[in-house]
Amino acid sequence: MQLDSTTTLETAEPMVTPLRAGPLLRKKKAKESVITLMLFLAAFSSVLVTAGIVGTLVVESLAFFKHISLVDFFTDTQWTPLFSEPRYGILPLVAGTLVTTCVALLVSIPMGTSIAIFLSEYANKKWRETLKPILELLSAVPTVVYGYFALLFVSPIMQKIFPEMGAFNMLSAGLVMGIMIVPYVASLSEDAMRAVPSALREGSYAMGSTRLQTALRVVFPSALSGISAAYVLALSRAVGETMIVAVAAGMQPNFTLNPTESASTLTAFIVQVSLGDVPHGSIGYQAIFAAGVTLFVITLFFNLVSFWLRRRYRQAY
Amino acid sequence: MTTSTNPTPMSPNPLVSTASMGDLRANIRNRKVFDGLFGVVAILALLVSILALLALFLNLAIQGAERIRPDFFLSFPSRNPFEAGILSAWVGSLVVMFVTALVGIPLGVAAGLYLEEYAPKNTITHFIEINIMNLAGVPSIVYGLMALGLFVYKFQFGQSVLSAGLTLALLALPIVITATREAIRTIPNSMREAAYALGATKWEVTSHHVLPYSLGGILTGTVIALSRAIGETAPLITIGALTFIAFLPTPPFSTEAPFLSFQWIWDAFTVLPIQMFNWVSRPQEEFQKNAAAAGVVLMVMTLAMNGIAIWLRARYRSRIKW
Repeated sequence: MQLDSTTTLETAEPMVTPLRAGPLLRKKKAKESVITLMLFLAAFSSVLVTAGIVGTLVVESLAFFKHISLVDFFTDTQWTPLFSEPRYGILPLVAGTLVTTCVALLVSIPMGTSIAIFLSEYANKKWRETLKPILELLSAVPTVVYGYFALLFVSPIMQKIFPEMGAFNMLSAGLVMGIMIVPYVASLSEDAMRAVPSALREGSYAMGSTRLQTALRVVFPSALSGISAAYVLALSRAVGETMIVAVAAGMQPNFTLNPTESASTLTAFIVQVSLGDVPHGSIGYQAIFAAGVTLFVITLFFNLVSFWLRRRYRQAY
Repeated sequence: MTTSTNPTPMSPNPLVSTASMGDLRANIRNRKVFDGLFGVVAILALLVSILALLALFLNLAIQGAERIRPDFFLSFPSRNPFEAGILSAWVGSLVVMFVTALVGIPLGVAAGLYLEEYAPKNTITHFIEINIMNLAGVPSIVYGLMALGLFVYKFQFGQSVLSAGLTLALLALPIVITATREAIRTIPNSMREAAYALGATKWEVTSHHVLPYSLGGILTGTVIALSRAIGETAPLITIGALTFIAFLPTPPFSTEAPFLSFQWIWDAFTVLPIQMFNWVSRPQEEFQKNAAAAGVVLMVMTLAMNGIAIWLRARYRSRIKW
């Protein structure tokens, strides 16, 4: 493109036709910049999506907070927006989310971590490459199917252990959610462990450590920030999971920390209201955005923590 | 764990005294036992996960087997569980997926191409990258809320196939972008340099070389993204998808002029997961059998799509060796 005709003008008989910034080249250049612009716009559209999410949530929940004070919202222990005398305390929904999330993490973190250690430190390549895709199928199952499984398969089994428990309970929902999250924990933790330089491992083996000792005392601590990033991401998944709790945990807002009871979560409440016929602009309509903004802030916080942790471990080696 | 394996303090030179030799042997034996024990525990954890998947599928299959008949696919939902079917649901899923693929794939691939091939290393690029990573972590129901406020009411798309397709397209966007970028990153730079050396422009390099070579990886990621989207329930409930639809979308082709109609994108819809949710939440056992049957169909669809993705990955991996 930089070649200009002036450089070749001196020669009497140029061997090759001199390159000019002729119409063809100019057209090509214009086409290139149009394409670059279009590709940029495609990438930038993701920013618009975020803006759309934040904008919608903020506008609708601001309208909500015009009617309900923030103090009531955070301290009232009743959430009954569809009653004739509505109360808008977010605590019962947060409690429900907390309980199901804790149950899910109690299942997925020990299981996921031991699977990750197994895949990274015990299994050979062949095992790893067969087991990983199978495990990842677990995260491909539609969540409504998990909901069915929790309500009609796991819950009856759990009722044999806790006979006084109802069919809808947070325990079965949390357990199934835990199983769903195992692949996330396992695969992200395994990535973190495999990023640990093998020199560290070899040093440990040279001192006579077993595979377990190497895993727990050398590899795990070295990969800790990556592994905790995996845990935090799993936590964020569990908080945002909707259909399992909507189907299996019951949809009654219930301010309790007892997993054998039924309760609603932030996500299940949004589903419940959406299923009914709530008019646009009503306070019930705005309430789901208030629940949504709470959900968004919680998950955003955990995602940023996870992002920060992951960046830290990348810098480590 | 291993701290408990050494009850007596070791003598300065354990290899000399036979008593501490025995200690050392016991120590090693203990450590090996723990090592093996953990292996068993980990395999058990793996088995539990895989068995859960198996139990889930078998449970659905056994419960729903008696409902899976041709009629089930060819009839509309009904108050009578024996006559109810998933016709409007699977047609709806198909139509919504079509819109999702049409919007989500080009947008995601273009964004991935930009970030990997075109983007300068500056603050805007960094911001876009962080933003995409963040979007991948936003719960799907929050996308539903955005779509409810924006697509359904602000843009007046209503509770239509269009709103649903767009919502799922945005949901799939981060997955498609990430898959595209990962696929592009595997192409060695020498391929690009060779094309530039022959005078190709940036877009020529991208469209003639980068895109075709990374097609396998992009396809794999796209299929996985669509398999996620087809199972999504929550955002579509949020935008107000109806659970009882006894009609099909307007056919896109007609015998009268102008022969082609886009009315279907404005039609009300339901999708398979919503139909299943509707049946699950009814107390009658007969409806739950319908739910199980719908679940089998849904599982077969997602598992098949994941199978295709794994097959695609293996195929392109073995074909291209740099």
